[in-house]
Formats: sequence, structure tokens, C-alpha cells
Amino acid sequence: MSKRRGTGLATVNYPTGMNLGGDPTQALIHSTTTGNFVVTLSSTDLGQGLKTAMAQIAADAMGVPVDNIIVDTGDTDTGPHCMGTFASRGTHRAGNAVIDAADEARDVLMEVAAEELEAAPSDLEPDGDGNIHVLGAPDRSISVMDAAMAAHFEQGRTISGRGIGFKPKSDVDPETGEMDPDSTEAHATVVTEVEVDTETGEVDVLTVKAVYEIGQMVNPALVDGQIIGGAWMGMAHALYETTDPYYPDIDHKPGSFGEYSLPGPSEVPDIEYEVLEIPSQTGPYGVKGIGEMSATPPIPAIVNAIKDAIGVQITEIPVTPEVVLRALEDEKESSEEPPVAENRDGGDEP
Amino acid sequence: MSGKIVELTVNGRTVEEIVDPMEPLQSVLRNKLGNMATKTGCKQGGCGSCTVLVDGEPIVSCLLPAEAAVGTEITTLEGITPDDGLAPVQEAFRDHFAMQCGYCTPGMIMTAEALLERNPDPSRAEIEDAISGNVCRCTGYDPIVDAIEAASESMNGQGDDGA
Repeated sequence: MSKRRGTGLATVNYPTGMNLGGDPTQALIHSTTTGNFVVTLSSTDLGQGLKTAMAQIAADAMGVPVDNIIVDTGDTDTGPHCMGTFASRGTHRAGNAVIDAADEARDVLMEVAAEELEAAPSDLEPDGDGNIHVLGAPDRSISVMDAAMAAHFEQGRTISGRGIGFKPKSDVDPETGEMDPDSTEAHATVVTEVEVDTETGEVDVLTVKAVYEIGQMVNPALVDGQIIGGAWMGMAHALYETTDPYYPDIDHKPGSFGEYSLPGPSEVPDIEYEVLEIPSQTGPYGVKGIGEMSATPPIPAIVNAIKDAIGVQITEIPVTPEVVLRALEDEKESSEEPPVAENRDGGDEP
Repeated sequence: MSGKIVELTVNGRTVEEIVDPMEPLQSVLRNKLGNMATKTGCKQGGCGSCTVLVDGEPIVSCLLPAEAAVGTEITTLEGITPDDGLAPVQEAFRDHFAMQCGYCTPGMIMTAEALLERNPDPSRAEIEDAISGNVCRCTGYDPIVDAIEAASESMNGQGDDGA
């Protein structure tokens, strides 16, 4: 038995959002009677934490506590329009939409508070703790809740705002081929170490070390979840997962979780990473997308590490033990061929 | 074939319910008794999201006919959750961000409960082995193993920072 180790590297330049035929996400914000702000979106949280990120952005943009934000992503039939949570665009597009909507809603909130405080709206500032103060007169203030109550029951006003995060359609320049396909680009470099068992063909990923350049983080714990989960998923794609594995008969393909090949908790490598925050020009607070790119660069990094370990470039995924053993066999056969072919059958090789 | 009335003891309360022949315990717990933490997953015993405790042992409730659970003590996630606050394992999952979509979480927590009951101070490898029948698509498992390790420490009175 022989175990060989190798190191591989991959670098990725990953787009946030797509061009499409114009790419919008809308947001609506309105206040309840008690000064909570409902952010209505059709952008769906699949567990990546979009609702948390949107509540943080809305709270910051409205100047109210995050506990007073309710994010409603209930229904894509009746909600404002969103193209979808794909292309790592959720936080970027919906975040811009929420800031846009909050700007409008905050102006109304300040007008309502200004009337209650007998001050000019431009002289007011929210403290982020649920109160609105007159600048330079700390004792003159009103709670956001009282302002919302006044809007509903005394002033007869609706505190609300409409917003959109939008990328216009970008056509290809027929002369140069130039176009603007995405909203910003995030970057990463991933280095993996693997151990390949040349007897069984099994590949063990020992470490994943990565640097992600992803713009401003809205929530580091959510970013951590994406990177750790993505490293595991990248490893799963590189070595395990396929809905159509090679079998003599297609009927033998997996039909359930029990048959579908996935790495388990004991196969998780040691994962270390650094995040570089280099703000984008287009995202809310300089955000870029981290979603999909966490799962992609580990794949070529692992395949390159296998090449470093066994000297064979594998060009298919998943790199199952069978793929490794066949690659080693092919390599052995081609290296065993004698340099002069005239004594062999089919001696037309070079 | 007609249903049959069976007596089940769920989270300390004995209830009567009409069950169909071979109806899985999972279906009765979730659809008839309203224990919504018991997820409907693969219905083949392959994902672990319907894990509950039967007499303290973690089992995939989609593979156990409800009739076979008569006379046992069945515990779901609702049963370990205090009226006020969270159980130590639940707190550890929250503090270590051990979930994203949350679908596997109730099954993971029930598996962890059973592990810590029989082995209060498990090694990392023992934790990984215990949860190897529970599939998680989002987290990469590391945060879940961290959470169970931390729960074990806090239950043994060696909480890391008490925060």
C-alpha cells in the first residue's frame, strides 16, 4: 500500500449577479402601528441567512434597532418582484433595494416626527436605539413607536418606502465584443492538501486553506457558515457526488439518500480561511457575493492536488476511487510501452 | 384495511390515536399529534431528519410502525425543550451557529441528546460517528460537532466562558 500526498491550488474570479435582460429586485417597507418596520421581499432565504442580513441593512438604513425589523419573504406571487436568490446576488441586489426603500420610508418617518416635535425634518436624527432626537437639543425627542402611532392615528400618514436594486441590460458591443455581465466580482484562492491511496484509489482531503476577497461583510457569522459549508460541498463535488455515476446499467443509479454518495462528518478536512474586505463600487455598503464561490474553487484545487500526488491530470469529477485507479492504470500502461514499437503488434505508434 | 386505536406515550403524556396499518411513527407524531419538529425527510431511513428517542434510543421514526412503539417512552424535540428557554444542546446549536436551513436540526439534536446521555464526554470522533446517520447539506458538519462538544462541556459544568 502506498499513500501519496500532494498540494493543489485554484484561484477564482467570481461574478456577483447577472446581466440578464435587466436584473431587478424590489423591496417595500412599511411601519406597523407600534413602530416595527416590515421589509417585504420575494428574495428567498434558503438558510444562507438573507433575512438576517436584510434586517441588519434595513435597521442601519432606517436608524432603528434590528429587533424592530420584520423581514417578510412570504410569497413570490404577491410580493414585490425578485429575479431570485442565485448568482450570489441576494445580499447585493436585495440589500440595494432595501436601502432604497428605507431612504424613502425614513424621510416620511422624519416628517412625522418633525411635526410631533415642532422641528424641521432636517434637524432630526434617529439614535439607532428606537428614538429620534432634535440635533443640539437632547431633551427634545420622540420614540419611533410614538411617531408611528402618531402617523397612524393623528396625522393620517403611511410611513413606507419603495426600493429597487437594479442592473440595466447590457448588450454586447458588436465591434469589440465588450459587455458588462455582472455587478461586481469577488475573488478567492484555495490551497488543498490531499492523500491518495494508490492501492484503493481513495482520496482523503487533509486541509483546505483559503483567502476570500468578498467586499464588505454584513454578518461575519453568515460568511463563516458559507465558507465552511462551501468547502465541504466543494469536496463533495470533487470526490463523491453525482446523480449519474458510472454503472453498467442506468437502473443502478442512486434512488435515495442512503445510496447517494456524500462525505460525512468524519471526512471534513481542516479548514482555515482569511477574509479580505475590499468594498465593491456597486453593492450595499460595498458588499460582494460569497454564496456560490465558496463551493467552486475547492474542486479544481483538490483535482490539482491529486495530480501533484500521483502525477496524473484527471479531467472528470467526481474523482471516485475507480477514476483514480483507472488513471493510474492508464498511466502505467503508457509508460511501460517500449520506445521502439517495431517488435509489437499494431506497431504504428510513434 | 382499517385503522386501529393505539395508545402512545409521547413526551410523558399518554394519548390515543387512530393509526393506519404500518403507518410510520413519524407520520403519527407530525401529522396527527402535531409534533412539527419531527421532519418528513426521505421516508427511507437515509437522512435522519425524523430522529426521535424511543426509550432513550435514537431511531429514525419513518421506519418504525407506530403500533410497534406502543408501550415505549417516545421523546421528540418538543419533549426536551423547556417551557422557558432552551435545553443545553439547543443553546449550543444556537451559540455555535450549527444550522443554516435548519431542516436537519431537530434530528441532529435528538441524536446528540441520546449520545450525551450514554456518553457524557464524547471525543470528536465519537460525535462524528454518532451523527453520521444525520445528513446536513448546509453547514459542512464542523459547526454541529463544535456545538455538541460545547454542550457536553456545559452539561459537565466546564462551560468555556459562561457567556
